Amino acid sequence: MLNENYELIIGLEVHAELSTKTKIFCSCPTEFGAEPNTHVCPVCMAMPGALPVLNEKVVEYAVKAGLATNCQISQNSKNDRKNYFYPDTPRAYQISQFDKPLCEHGYIEIDDDKGNPKKIGITRIHIEDDAGKLNHNEFSGGSLVDLNRAGVPLIEIVSEPDLRTSEEVDKYLKKLKAILEYIEVSDCKMQEGSFRADVNVSVRKKGESKFGTRTETKNMSSFRAITREIEYEANRQIEILENGGKVEQETLRWDDISGKTFSMRNKEDAEDYRYFPEPDLVAIKLSKEYIENIKNNLPEMPESRKSRYMEEFKLSEKDARLLTNSKYLSNMFESAEKICGNSKAVANWLLSDISRILNEKEMEPSEIPFEAEHLAKLIELIDKGTISSAIGKKVVEELFINPKNPEDIIKEKGWIQISDEGAIKEVVMKILENNPQSIADYKAGKDRALGFLVGQAMKETKGKANPQMLNKMFLEELKK
Amino acid sequence: MNITNLTVHELVEKMKNKELTSEEITKAYVDRINNKEPDVNAFVTTLCNEALEKAKEIDSKREAGEKVSNFAGIPVGIKDNICTKGIRTTCSSKMLEDFIAPYNATVTEKLLKEDLIDLGKLNMDEFAMGASTEYSYFKKTSNPWNLNCVPGGSSGGSAAAVAGELVPWALGSDTGGSIRQPAAFCGVVGLKPTYGLVSRYGLVAFASSLDQIGPITKDVTDAAMLLNIIAGHDERDTTSYEIPKKDYTKALNKNIKGLKIGVPKEFFAEGINEEVKAKLEQAIETYKKLGAEVEEFSLDIAKYSLTAYYIIACAEASSNLGRFDGIRYGHRTENYQNLKELYKNSRSEGFGAEVKRRIILGTYVLSSGYYDAYYKKAQQVRTLVKNEFSKAFEKYDVILTPTAPNVAFEMGTKSNNPLEMYLADICTVSVNIAGLPAISIPCGVNGDNMPIGMQLIGNKFEEEKILNTAYAFEQEYGFREKYKPEFKK
Repeated sequence: MLNENYELIIGLEVHAELSTKTKIFCSCPTEFGAEPNTHVCPVCMAMPGALPVLNEKVVEYAVKAGLATNCQISQNSKNDRKNYFYPDTPRAYQISQFDKPLCEHGYIEIDDDKGNPKKIGITRIHIEDDAGKLNHNEFSGGSLVDLNRAGVPLIEIVSEPDLRTSEEVDKYLKKLKAILEYIEVSDCKMQEGSFRADVNVSVRKKGESKFGTRTETKNMSSFRAITREIEYEANRQIEILENGGKVEQETLRWDDISGKTFSMRNKEDAEDYRYFPEPDLVAIKLSKEYIENIKNNLPEMPESRKSRYMEEFKLSEKDARLLTNSKYLSNMFESAEKICGNSKAVANWLLSDISRILNEKEMEPSEIPFEAEHLAKLIELIDKGTISSAIGKKVVEELFINPKNPEDIIKEKGWIQISDEGAIKEVVMKILENNPQSIADYKAGKDRALGFLVGQAMKETKGKANPQMLNKMFLEELKK
Repeated sequence: MNITNLTVHELVEKMKNKELTSEEITKAYVDRINNKEPDVNAFVTTLCNEALEKAKEIDSKREAGEKVSNFAGIPVGIKDNICTKGIRTTCSSKMLEDFIAPYNATVTEKLLKEDLIDLGKLNMDEFAMGASTEYSYFKKTSNPWNLNCVPGGSSGGSAAAVAGELVPWALGSDTGGSIRQPAAFCGVVGLKPTYGLVSRYGLVAFASSLDQIGPITKDVTDAAMLLNIIAGHDERDTTSYEIPKKDYTKALNKNIKGLKIGVPKEFFAEGINEEVKAKLEQAIETYKKLGAEVEEFSLDIAKYSLTAYYIIACAEASSNLGRFDGIRYGHRTENYQNLKELYKNSRSEGFGAEVKRRIILGTYVLSSGYYDAYYKKAQQVRTLVKNEFSKAFEKYDVILTPTAPNVAFEMGTKSNNPLEMYLADICTVSVNIAGLPAISIPCGVNGDNMPIGMQLIGNKFEEEKILNTAYAFEQEYGFREKYKPEFKK
């Protein structure tokens, strides 16, 4: 737990891969998962004499992201070289933006811990190219360079140090991710590294106005790890200060297994990137009309969708927020709702069972294997009484494994609900016969006994008995 | 018929009239290479056999009535920093000793499209850094006028090969004078086009904002023809301009009546050799005679160009040469235990002293704390130089200066004195800084029969004006008829 006398100051630098078809400076495909060094050309391999050509789509996507986060878009922007040696950076410089980023002075609105709206400032959004990947070869002991990812376009979204708790960070990141998904500029697949963050943390005594010394933890690509890292790092810094020490400005690496941060380099060996304007590319000049045009064609944002859900479907603020946090989830909600007309049920299924399974399987909503029609069908089956919601849960599990029409699933599995009065009566009688104690308990005023009996009957029928009918019939029998 | 003495436009004419075949031409050059290359050392790689085969192919195409370009079957030499697919591109560096480019530079593609025949890759100062071609890792090229003298640089191989008639024409590259200065030293024509007129795609970068590829030829007409072939927008080089295609030979009419020529007095001040000055003054008289109006003026800012040039060029070079790290291609040390040593030793072994000097200088001027004092200041000077030239071009059509303060110097006299070597660029660098076109043509020889170069600078994309101004002098003066390189030992 955090020492209550301290306050956290957190700023984030998020790197999101843009979902353009081709790389930022050449026409190689950006597709993930190809054989090493097959999506490469002289430009992204940095052959001598090869020159970059800026992909116009990258500028468009970055401007979209800027507008969706309330940024001012610069009409005069440029690229700069960031020089450093590393084998995953074949040019020995990254082409980034230094003093004239495309987007500046924006914000994202989140709810703070008390539920009040809070603006988190976006300092800037700039475009740059991703590095390749090093595969450490266990057999030879060396490293192999894969340049497929070299030149995949990134935007770096730098926040102001406005975040105060790990919960706020979580909300900010989820909101940002949702926005980027909505405007369709990034897949934000965290496992593939297409949405990752550098986390800057410092602490200060409450009431102080000066920031403390910050540390930066690089390349975090899971929400849970970021939350853990912030808490660990804040406690570490507080402990140093409480013991009269000084926090060192350094770059850290998070180790998820030990749950600790480790120093990568301190301020003294901080690299001098020797930024200077990229002479191989002309300046980026955007007309007012160009920016206006993108602005006018932005899709509905999560914020307005959330309000609409609360209005139109009478969803709670929380449910509406959770649904609209993911474009895929929210799209599935709308499609399924349109078919079955039961918005409450669709929201419930998506936010409870389906979200739980996604969490367990560490999947993104975009990776849900079944269609909105399947979910709608399932709800219709429950609403018609063909299956119970207990069976519904099993159908959802099954949909993740073998996505197809739920009607076929319950037929194949023999999960159709028993609503035949005779059959139900038979079960009820059998359960009563085997549980005389429960009858006595019920008659002695213990209402819970009824629930137990229904549960037993469900167990007996493997969840297939119609629960309303069971209830009704047990009551009738017990009153006799 | 002395084939190798002919200009390309003469060769084209003779091929058209069926007086010569490509094979005869190519054979003449191969013989000449066999005869003179041991003295001149202009080539890093020769492609004699391949060239002869290609020549036969083109002759049979032509004979069969297939439509081929006018230039089909004319040999050409290419500076060794321009990528040629399947052929070594070394930049005269140990670093790229065995580097075979997997792709063609845009200009190489353009030459091949015309069915020009690549005779080989020409020697240069390592990574185009130098003014004498003495900084080549492989060999020192000699000046055909005096084999003990340097041919200039960095395109010394190209200039010496054209002067020595080892190739009929060649491509060079010019970052601070690397086409014009060797052209002047070797008594040939060298044109640095406006920045952005010729694609840099596939030119191994030295200083991206200054580099330009251009022709080195026997005469002005050939320069205009080669420029026709290589000029034009390239979507792979966003710094290349989209301007309408021109036929530069059409500008060559010798008529310069009323042409306004400005002569900046700073370029004739101290440090300029008296014989050079005298020849330039004679050239000015010739222009007056031809009807041009010549006026002296001050281009004061020019004196800061050299400093600004070395800061900008080295800064860009320090970044451009980072890719030579021993990882994917190029020299890799055998002596390393870890990544840092791999980098350090590969680069220490692969680069020569001058390249290292400039990388260190460039790294320094870009480093935090020094950026504003050096790189930023240099960029400000660059803007001033541009403005000063713009102002001058409001008054003058062409600016006339010497190409170099002196004639070709003896080998070994400056190679250990970097500062003096840098001064060889003093007349040429401001042109690159301002992104302007300029041509160097011979305007006479000194008492030792060493050629003297005159530089004509034009406004942006006014290649036609400087070409015609150069042409007018060339036709009037007849340098090629008067003087010949003697291969003096």
